[in-house]
Formats: sequence, C-alpha cells, structure tokens
Amino acid sequence: MSSLKELSQRKGGITSGHRLCSGCGAGIMARQVMLAAGNYKVVVACATGCLEVATTIYPYSAWKVPWIHNAFENAAATISGVETAYKSLKKQGKIKKDLKFLAFGGDGGTYDIGLQSLSGALERGHDFLYICYDNEAYMNTGIQRSSATPKYAATTTSPYGEVISGKREFRKNITEIVAAHNIPYVAQTAVGYWNDLVTKVEKALEVKGPKFINIFTPCQLGWKYGPEKTLEIGKLAVETGFWPLYEVENGKYKINYKPQEKKPVEEFLKIQKRFNHLFKPERKEKLIQEIQDNIEKGWTELEKKEKCLN
Amino acid sequence: MIKKALTGNEVIAEAMRQIEPDVIAAYPITPATEIVQIFSQFVADGKVKTEFIPAESEHSAISCCVGSSAAGARTMTATSSQGLALMHEILHIAPGLRLPIIMPVVNRALSSPINIHCDHSDTMNARDTGWIQIYSENVQEAYDNLIQIVRISENKNILIPSMVMTDGFVISHGMENVEIAEDRKVKDFVGEYKPVQTILDTDNPFTLGSLALFDSYFEIKRAQEKAIINSKKIILEIAEEFKRKFGREYGYFEKYKLDDAKIALVAIGSISGTIKDAVDSLRGKGKKVGLLKLRVFRPFPAEEIKEALKNTKAIGILDRSLSFSGQGGPIFSEIRSAVFDLKEKLFVLDYIYGLGGRDTTQKEIEEIFNNIELETREDRTIDLIKYVGLKN
Repeated sequence: MSSLKELSQRKGGITSGHRLCSGCGAGIMARQVMLAAGNYKVVVACATGCLEVATTIYPYSAWKVPWIHNAFENAAATISGVETAYKSLKKQGKIKKDLKFLAFGGDGGTYDIGLQSLSGALERGHDFLYICYDNEAYMNTGIQRSSATPKYAATTTSPYGEVISGKREFRKNITEIVAAHNIPYVAQTAVGYWNDLVTKVEKALEVKGPKFINIFTPCQLGWKYGPEKTLEIGKLAVETGFWPLYEVENGKYKINYKPQEKKPVEEFLKIQKRFNHLFKPERKEKLIQEIQDNIEKGWTELEKKEKCLN
Repeated sequence: MIKKALTGNEVIAEAMRQIEPDVIAAYPITPATEIVQIFSQFVADGKVKTEFIPAESEHSAISCCVGSSAAGARTMTATSSQGLALMHEILHIAPGLRLPIIMPVVNRALSSPINIHCDHSDTMNARDTGWIQIYSENVQEAYDNLIQIVRISENKNILIPSMVMTDGFVISHGMENVEIAEDRKVKDFVGEYKPVQTILDTDNPFTLGSLALFDSYFEIKRAQEKAIINSKKIILEIAEEFKRKFGREYGYFEKYKLDDAKIALVAIGSISGTIKDAVDSLRGKGKKVGLLKLRVFRPFPAEEIKEALKNTKAIGILDRSLSFSGQGGPIFSEIRSAVFDLKEKLFVLDYIYGLGGRDTTQKEIEEIFNNIELETREDRTIDLIKYVGLKN
C-alpha cells in the first residue's frame, strides 16, 4: 500500500475547483480513489449524479484523466464498451500502452437504475473497477430514497409523518449481490478510513477482471449534519457495525476491521437529522432497537461467512 | 463481384463482416436477431478481428457502443422495434457526443399490442434523436447503404451516428439475388477509422459528456444540427464514389417515372417495389403517375423533394406509422411542409398503410392513385388522412 507521503506527492486524477458541497463525502472518496489509482493510466466513466454534475460543468472539468459520462444507469455498460474497444485496438496493435478502467456510480446509479447494467458487465467479465459511492439516497435530485437508504431514514420521498417514520424498509445489500456474481474482488470501505480505501483500490487494480468496491460516503446535505462531521460519521458507521469494512477475494470473506466493542448504533443515528424523528419529540426505543438488532444479525452473518468461506 | 441469393439479415451480416468493425455490442430481437447471430459465428470462427459484446439489453448494447466509439473504435450494433425503443434515451446521447456509431435497424411494429411484423413506428419514433436515417427498398440496397453509411458517419466534419433500415421480414427474411463485392473492395472503400480524439488517449485527456447549461447547451445542439445538415453533401459525394466503384446509383431519393407525372406517391422501404409495378400498370393505361422513393429521411432533403415534386398536381404519401392525432403520419408532415410554398398548390394526401405487417397489394396502390385523382378533381373538402385496407 502507498504511504500517505507517497499519495500526497501524486498528481492528476481529480483536482480542486469542483462544485461539490463543503464536506462532501463524494469529493473525498473520488480524490482518494484517484490517488490510489495514480500509478496507472486510467480512463474513467461516471454515472449521472452529484460527482458528475459538480465536476464537469462545461467548459470546465476537474478531471485530469480521460473521462466519459453517458447517462444515469449505464456507467458499467459504458465502461464495458471502452474496455472492449481497448481490447480490440490493443489486439490489432493500434494501441500499445496498458490502461486501467474505472467507473463511478452513486447508490442510485448502482443499486437501483443501473443494477442491470452493472450485473451484465460483471457477468461478461470486463476488466474494470466499479466504485459505488453510496450516500444512501438520490442526493443529486434532492434527497429521494433509494434502495440503499437505511430503514427509518427520512428522505424527501420517504419523509416521516404522523403515521410513517421515514423509510419503511431495510436497505438492499448490493455488496452481497455483486459478490454473488463470483467476480475476483468485492469490497466495502468507507470515507473516514483512507488507508483501508486506498489499500482496497490498489489491490483491486492489480486484479484482472471485474472488481467492485462499495464506499460508504456521508452526505452532509442529505443526512443533515454539519460539514465538519463527514469523517466522524464515516467512522461511526464502521465503529457501530452499521457498515462493516470487509472484502471478498475470490470468494473468500475477510472482515478488515473488527471493533473491540461495537458502539451502539444510536451514536451514529443521533448526529444525523435524517434520524431526528427517532429521538424527538420522544425517543422511539422500539425502532432504534430494530436497527440495532439488524446490525447484529448482519454482523453475525458476515462473521459466519468469514469463518466458512476463507 | 459475386452474385448470391441472400436475405436482408444475411446481407447485413455479410456487409458487417466485410466492414469488420472493431467492436459490435448487440442484443437479439426479432426480426433482427439473425444479424447478430450470423456475426457471432464469424467471431467464433475467427473470421473477423471484431470484439463482440453480447450485452444484457439493448439499452446496455447502445451504451457499450457509446463507450466503445468514444474510445476510438469503429462500432456497430443492430436492433429492431422494442429494442430501439429501449435504446431511445441513449439514441439522443450518441449524436450529442458526436459518435459515429452504425446501426442497422430492421423495422418492426411497436407494442402494444405486441407484433413482430413490419411497420415504421420504431424508427419514425427515433427520427428526432439526431441520427442519420437511410431506408432500403430491397436486399441490395441494404448492402449498399450499409457500406456507404460508414464513410458518411465517420467523416470528420460530420461525426453523427447512422441507422440503415430494412423492412422486417419483407426484406430481413426475403431472399433476393444480390451482388456482393470482394472483401478487399469493401475494405478499401470504407477505409480505416481514424478518430479525431479518443478517451484512450491518456496523454491528451479530455472530458466527454459534460453538464452544459443554458449558457452553452443551445450552441452545442445547434452545432450538432449543423453537422447532420452538412451530411447531406457528404451523402451525395459518397454515393458518387460508390457509383464509380460499385456501379449502382444512389441519391436522397429515387425518381421513378416522376418527371412528367401528374400524380405521384411518396414512399419509403419495400412498398416501393409494389408501387413501381402499379405505376407501370397505370402508365400502360395512359395515366401519368410516378413515384418518389425516399431513401434519406434524416437529414431531410426538403429542397430537393420540393423541386422533384413541383410539376405534379397531387401527391399521396404512404406512411407506415401513426403520429397519433397528429397532422398525418411523419412523412406526410415533412413532405407537406416541404411543398407548402410551391407557387402552384399541390394536393397532398396521407395514406396510412401496412401497420403491424399488413400486406398492401398492387391493386390497393392502384386504388390509391385513383383515389387521389378523384379527390383532387372535384372541388370538395378533402379527407387528408386515409387508412389503406383498414377493416370496418
């Protein structure tokens, strides 16, 4: 893994000057991914979303690498095409250099509208790394629920009201869905763990075939917290077991970080106003407990997988 | 040159083999399936250098094409009907990014009701997506059009994707004797694709697919429109070169006994063969009738059509698709608008025919000519839109 010193000296990738919000997790995520990929010549495809609109307002661009945006749901298909063109031209001797291919999509572009495109590209075995920056809702259109939105989070299409307490369903586990494609490398990491994130991106780029990294990416605007708390929230998600850091390498599970004692999920929930209604006007103990129980269930299942599949 | 009996789908697959694109991404759909099927076999047998992406949907197939073309590869796909409809979002993006993707489309009716047979609802629905659209009357034209289109789309001043159409089953599955050129001749004609810029060029990185707002979007779209308008000139230049090398002549349209015609039909696709027989038969009876067979629908050659029709008295437009509650079908709207400012008033009637693959016979075409004559002879209110062979 590259040291912080090495990373700090790398140029290229994505630069400052983009128009992402202050404290935006996606900006930190993109910067760290591109630094980790900095030793390679990379081509990037990006799904429609915050990262895309805020970094490429014509005639400006924050990208120092070749970059393509096609539509919302097809970053994986688009990078499939780019990678196949490269394969064809390389085979014909029309291109000599070695390139790496990266795709970025938010949770909307990955879990929901782009799931088919992603699944198809994974199954076909294209040599690319797909980065899902998961900020748990459609933030670019103004905080609408996605299938990555956690249970009881309030969004503009899953608001809390007199009779409903925010989103009514638990989130989809896309990392496991991707792992079921039996691709060589699947991982979860989080903004707030730069070393884990960079290590995983570097590791993924060394592997041939489809790779997928799901990055927990706090959104200050949508989750409603102060912009200075992005890293803290990323860390709390991991410390509470809400977002385990793990990887599936050739089918083998490894939990990369096991908190000695997991913090109660409440610590993660209560600093985000999207969960306000769980604490005010009165504390909804049953609902908080339900979230806590679901974390325990998920963690136990993951530990079982780590034990059985390694 | 080799003479062969081939179907429309076979001839398209054959032309694709000869063009030998760098990448093909496609998804099967009746009646275009065979194109991809035959081509997959060429790939499996190592007859082409092409990399084939068997995409999981047409939406992904065209999305792959966008990525591939942006990466500087000569890129093709093929589809029909629902497949083209599923691609629709990306159909707008490909010309917006100025990517010269080539797509044979086998015309088929759109659901619902589901129907696998020919009409032009699918590509007419895509007429304003910014693609060049060239329609073929028969198997030979399908072959010739596909070979020519590569040069048109890839011209560095154009860079606009193209569709080449064949009528579902009528052409796609109908077998005809065709002339197939030697591989070398086709390869020499289409030449090697030299992209202006590619996203594989990491030494000269650029951002493709930016967010362009009210200060730039309009200019970008107008530049795109100019490019497809400018393709008109290139279409004729390529047709001229094609004639010199392959011996067959093409233009924006074919005039069949049109110059002295008083009544003419305007049509696209395979119905033109039937119309030519009807014209011959009526000419035998002393009627001055003719046909304008439209080949290039986008870019729309309005001025040239106006010029070609100026001596007629009345024309009937054959539309094989509906523009529900619009002013007639899509071809009617365009043609009527094109001839609107002719000095002599020209009667223009619309005949909707053949939806969902219904046959239109020579007798019905002759009746259309008679109907136009009757309708325009008397001073009466004309029913602009008629439905050929529609049961009560």
